[in-house]
Amino acid sequence: MLEKLKNKTVGIAGCGGLGSNCAIALARIGIGKLIIADFDNIVSSNLNRQYYFTDQIGLPKVDALKTNISKINDNVIVETHYIKLTARNIPGIFSNCDIIVEAFDLAEMKQMLIETVLTVMPDKYIISGSGMAGWGNNNSIKTINFDKLYVCGDFESEISDVLLPLAPRVGIVANMQANQALEILMKI
Amino acid sequence: MNIILNNNSESFEKSEMSIAEILKAKNFIFKMLVIKVNDRIIKKQEYDTTIVIEGDNVVILHLVSGG
Repeated sequence: MLEKLKNKTVGIAGCGGLGSNCAIALARIGIGKLIIADFDNIVSSNLNRQYYFTDQIGLPKVDALKTNISKINDNVIVETHYIKLTARNIPGIFSNCDIIVEAFDLAEMKQMLIETVLTVMPDKYIISGSGMAGWGNNNSIKTINFDKLYVCGDFESEISDVLLPLAPRVGIVANMQANQALEILMKI
Repeated sequence: MNIILNNNSESFEKSEMSIAEILKAKNFIFKMLVIKVNDRIIKKQEYDTTIVIEGDNVVILHLVSGG
């Protein structure tokens, strides 16, 4: 049934809590290709939610994620971009993707990616995440859909000094994004 | 006027309103938004000048940090 995933490509914009966990989920189910982009290196505080290991601290996230994906499913083609994504480079990097997963941390980056894709790449599906800090309140997390834009989250829990991004809720949203991607990919 | 706001029907007494007026009427106070009117992205500097009329399809999406 998942044979058709082999011919599909998903772009992951950001390889933090959302991006690393979403990419791993898609790799496990046999996605054909992932295009992953992030400019950051792993620090120890990332390990409370991101799919990396203590011996990977200091490495570029894109390189470590490619390694971790290959240990789970080495049939997945992983194209890495160790770069800060901008309105200028997004259209080139993700031009061959069926779906782009927005997996940034900062709200202004989320806004930039959504506006760029909706304006310049209107044929692409986008799956974004908004609102997942803290803990508990499972049933506040949902997915809303407008045309080819899907957004997962609770739309209000913003990170702060007292409301941290933590593995359970970030992982829920990352896997909701992967699940939404799977639903779209099985349809198109 | 009757419009679609975030996939729901919504009625306002005025026959046309700017995006800024709709944000105020609906109490959307968040600073980071993606706004779409009939598939056109509305930038922040256009909130006052973009007019919404009967039948328009408006999306106001609130983005918060974290991920």
